[in-house]
Amino acid sequence: MRGREKLFLLIGIIAAIGISYAAPAFNRYYLGIAIDVGINIILAVSLNLINGHTGQFSLGHAGFMAVGGYISAKLTLVYGATLPAAAQPFFFAGVLLLGGLVAALAGLAVGVPSLRLKGDYLAIVTLGFGEIIRVIFQTSDTFGAATGLTGIPKLTTFGWAWALAAITVYVVACLVNSTYGRGFIAVHDDEIAAGAMGINPVRYKVTAFVIGAFFAGIAGGLYAHHKAVISPGGFDFLKSIEIVVMVILGGMGRTVGVILAAIILTILPELLRGVAEYRMIIYSLLIIGLMLTRPQGLFTFGKKGAA
Amino acid sequence: MDWFLQQLINGLALGAIYALIALGYTMVYGVLRFINFAHSDVLMLGAFAAFYIAPMTAKMFGPATVSGALVVILLSAAICAVIGMTIEYLAYRPLRKRPRLTVLITAIGVSLFIEFTGQHEKVFGAATKSFPTLLPKKEIIVGALRCSSNDLVVVGLTGVLLVAMWFIVQRTKIGMAMRAVSFNEQAASLMGVNVNAIISFTFALGSALAAVGGIFYSMRAPGIEPLMGVQPGLRAFIAAVLGGIGNLPGAALGGVVLGLIETFFGGMPGLSNYRDAIAFALLILILLFRPAGLLGKMQTEKV
Repeated sequence: MRGREKLFLLIGIIAAIGISYAAPAFNRYYLGIAIDVGINIILAVSLNLINGHTGQFSLGHAGFMAVGGYISAKLTLVYGATLPAAAQPFFFAGVLLLGGLVAALAGLAVGVPSLRLKGDYLAIVTLGFGEIIRVIFQTSDTFGAATGLTGIPKLTTFGWAWALAAITVYVVACLVNSTYGRGFIAVHDDEIAAGAMGINPVRYKVTAFVIGAFFAGIAGGLYAHHKAVISPGGFDFLKSIEIVVMVILGGMGRTVGVILAAIILTILPELLRGVAEYRMIIYSLLIIGLMLTRPQGLFTFGKKGAA
Repeated sequence: MDWFLQQLINGLALGAIYALIALGYTMVYGVLRFINFAHSDVLMLGAFAAFYIAPMTAKMFGPATVSGALVVILLSAAICAVIGMTIEYLAYRPLRKRPRLTVLITAIGVSLFIEFTGQHEKVFGAATKSFPTLLPKKEIIVGALRCSSNDLVVVGLTGVLLVAMWFIVQRTKIGMAMRAVSFNEQAASLMGVNVNAIISFTFALGSALAAVGGIFYSMRAPGIEPLMGVQPGLRAFIAAVLGGIGNLPGAALGGVVLGLIETFFGGMPGLSNYRDAIAFALLILILLFRPAGLLGKMQTEKV
């Protein structure tokens, strides 16, 4: 099992970097969408660790994405220009990692107090934290206040986005399938029973939250260096909902389904551009219809809990 | 001192509106145990109903008359009551036996649907519209204090509605049925309570209050647009949690407390930018130290 996963990871990274070298040959518009897909896979898979595998309902994922995006973008804007071109990839990896780490810290700060709550309350508190993070960026002049940061170098390539997506999927899958990771699923299934078995539910929940926040931060960094512009409005409640819908559509706790959902839900709005004015109406009807007819998710193949 | 009293008046008026909206959240939570995210959009629809009805009543009663305003408020409340019942019937009733998370996500879906449909140019359009003057407006000035007559009407009418709500829930047969459903749905249905009818009634009542809250909110706001419900809706939800969700006096108290805190902090120099964050920070603090809210009772989970 483990060997197969490593192989997939290797193939994923090599394919991503390989395609990246051929990138100039592709249509820029399609390439942009492909990078969006990669970023959304990272977001959805990392949220799936929290919402799906561990069974906690977080509505604040966009907040952690904002932390990672802002931190890494600011670092690039301040120090990026002074570096020689050869050092750029290492520098970019460094800022992404740093953005992810700061987001993970934010996840720890948010997770420790709020994960004592359950269900609706947890949802609303994470929503609240997400909004607070957004308001902080919106009022901070260092981060461009309401206009946000502009002119961020476009360092995100297809290779970066998809290689990191592969790493995210690999880490989450290995984590959940490990002996340690069974704890997440135990907490998901029955917190009290898990506690009785000697598993510390709060610790597992916080761990899931911090790891999820870390990858959300990395996705935020990729997003910032892909769009070249970030503003607080891009990380609002709606963005969190978008990621949640990907997880639900894919089936909570089913990694393969969630990846497919992330791909479909990123491409779908582009396909609906022709009927742009009805796009979001269709999107919301999709959520309602899905919940009424298939609350377990569209793609239910793949063992639940396994990758 | 003047500053303090002035903020007190503003805070009470704002808090009264939050309280009205919070009642709807808390009542629905009481019977169905889920957060009705679409509530904030019902309040927006209430404001838009008033926006379209007001010119008609202005023709019949003359502009900005008390009787005209009453007709506008009553009609909008009735329209929203029907909308609330329809939402419950179409979106939430089929999910009654499903996990609460499913219902919560459906509620978010309904909320987004109303917002985006409202933003479509053939419905309301995304642009901000100015809200018509419903009531004759006077400034009451006592010393250095300024108080709009609208604020007094809002506070007074909210008080009346709160007492009416208390009466309905505590002193009428249908109120008793509501409390029974909230306490134990199955047992209530065995006692001959028509659970579906009671839930519909709860939605109607909550949505009607949301419509009134929405109209009051619009009277103070610069204008109305399809996303206007989101912010007051979130605040009102926080107010409901603050007071202890499912608890009617708690919702009223939470609304007033939140209105006051927001006005006082928002009025302080340097903090006004953080106005949006204050409500959430307060919510988080309350949930950490008193998860059941100010007036709520703690329930232990049974295995």
